Amino acid sequence: MSAYSIFSDRVRDNLPVALATIIEGPNVGATLVVTPTGAESGTLGNDDIDRIVTRDAMGELEAGRTVVRHYGPHGESTPEDLENTDTVRVFIESFSPPPLMWIFGAVDFTAALARVAKVLGYHVTVCDAREIFATKRRFPMADEVRVTWPSPMFEERGERLGPRDAVCILTHDPKFDVPAIEGALATKAGYIGVMGSRKTHAKRLERLADVGITSPSDLARIHSPIGLDLGGRTPEETAISIVGEIISSRTGREARSLGASDGPIH
Amino acid sequence: MRELLNDIDRWKSAGKRIALARVVDIQGSGPRGAGAAMAVNEDGEVIGSVSGGCVESAVVTEALAILAGEQPSRVVTFGYSDDDAFAVGLTCGGIIHLFIQPMEW
Repeated sequence: MSAYSIFSDRVRDNLPVALATIIEGPNVGATLVVTPTGAESGTLGNDDIDRIVTRDAMGELEAGRTVVRHYGPHGESTPEDLENTDTVRVFIESFSPPPLMWIFGAVDFTAALARVAKVLGYHVTVCDAREIFATKRRFPMADEVRVTWPSPMFEERGERLGPRDAVCILTHDPKFDVPAIEGALATKAGYIGVMGSRKTHAKRLERLADVGITSPSDLARIHSPIGLDLGGRTPEETAISIVGEIISSRTGREARSLGASDGPIH
Repeated sequence: MRELLNDIDRWKSAGKRIALARVVDIQGSGPRGAGAAMAVNEDGEVIGSVSGGCVESAVVTEALAILAGEQPSRVVTFGYSDDDAFAVGLTCGGIIHLFIQPMEW
């Protein structure tokens, strides 16, 4: 298989892969395909540089970073070794699997949120215990539709969730959303949002207290009522306010108009 | 590059030669980060984008020159306002470095 086929298959299968390409120096354009277990295909010109760049690319891939690194022609990387020698610049591009979004509750808001999440590149799983609602036909845009209660879902694969991932609980039914919140808090998910009016939210806090969820650090992780205060009403507008909140909670920005603030934009 | 794969596959199976342009570095303000990519085939068809539309047409010119063998694979920089060699730049004032190569891997 060509380096390109190996690379593109891994990207399509949502498996991590890095491309290391010489962008300056001898063998410009040479490309090495690197996975978390090592070099998979291609060469940058000699075994020495392949070995060093593979090591570095595995590290960058682990961190999800894309960088340019400098080496000597045989992978020399310390400043002393790089004196008086040609420099090879290598572009290391990491392709991490897409972030995950789990949406609990198969409602109209779910379809709109799944659509918007796909635009942002999420791998979307819709979850509901009710077989007649949780169907691929109703959520064709979701990558996966699961008929299940929250607890088994979190037990089965809660450990897959990390800081880039989001759990959105749209059920506003306590028998479903309390276990979903419990499950989500036990993961490393970066964003947990729960739908409901302010009144629902207040009642839900009581139910969470009943099951022992009272610590301020846990409660601070729960975004509820879910979304930014945009004043929208429709499922689509609500979906935008939810992903807006996900972005602003990741960047730590207050979601104000740029026109009303100063400082760097990015 | 993820979003380019279907078109690249199609071009490859049609036997088209393809140039790939990837942002490798951005200094200052820029609309797209490192890894933003576009591809150009020998017929001049273009997919993807590397900025907010500021430098794309210049990238196509470079890519076609590289495919024609008139230029080697190389890093191309846009955004130095004092450099007449490249009249285009990012309107936001940033400097964008792209690596453009024929896809031969």
